[in-house]
Amino acid sequence: MGLPTIVVGSALDIVEYCGVPRFLFTDIPLGNPCGKPEDRTMQRAIVRRALALLGSADEPRSTQTTPFVWGDHQSWRSSYAQVTEDNLDALRALGEARRARRGRPSS
Amino acid sequence: MTFEPAESSSLPVPYMARTRAYYRALGYERDYVWATHAGVPFSPLSKSVSKLKLALVTTANPLSWEEGQPKSVWSGTTSQPPVALNTDDLAWDKDNTHTNDVETFLPIRALQGLVAAGELGSLSERYYGLPSEYSQHKTLNQDVPALQSLLVEDAVDAVMLVPL
Repeated sequence: MGLPTIVVGSALDIVEYCGVPRFLFTDIPLGNPCGKPEDRTMQRAIVRRALALLGSADEPRSTQTTPFVWGDHQSWRSSYAQVTEDNLDALRALGEARRARRGRPSS
Repeated sequence: MTFEPAESSSLPVPYMARTRAYYRALGYERDYVWATHAGVPFSPLSKSVSKLKLALVTTANPLSWEEGQPKSVWSGTTSQPPVALNTDDLAWDKDNTHTNDVETFLPIRALQGLVAAGELGSLSERYYGLPSEYSQHKTLNQDVPALQSLLVEDAVDAVMLVPL
């Protein structure tokens, strides 16, 4: 028998595509899966919910979503890895620079 | 090339689609292949949470790691939580947040608080670093077995994995 595990994270699609035994999902920007910076109340609540799910789940792919939000606005959702007509040229140049630095072609 | 509509919705971010579009815009022709498993294992708890010895695992790097260096499984001491870890190479939202508060991804003090409150049995003496790698082969065949050895050595009952 393996070790019981729980994943605490903020990328719902990636973790569910992977498939894990237990997943506590908090829908806030990537980087703070255990709560907003300096928000000890949210952090403690998320960890407490993770322990509760660890104890209550009885089958794989058990996902639970916490009620916590980042703030009043939703603009963070569209800005991550954004591709727009305005930044296409800049992104292409960034990619070329990366490949040149690593010395390999685009593939 | 098609663009996602500007979102005002509160739906979860489609990170896989977003990342594919982003790397195509950078000029990479092959899409990243995310790990996926048709069958997912499940191990029930052997005891109640209030009696468990829990291990905490992060994908952040130790401060001694520098970009470009090979990564390996590492550990630190939970009695002395780190004040900072190196997250520079990881894919988190650098426009909207920061990782200066380690508790946001390695909640040692929060877990210690729950131990003190009697809600969790104990936290293992070490926390563990499992590298975030492009190669799933390295993760599965090298890093996970190394992590597993440490977890068995420390006799933990369950594991909380917190990927950034």
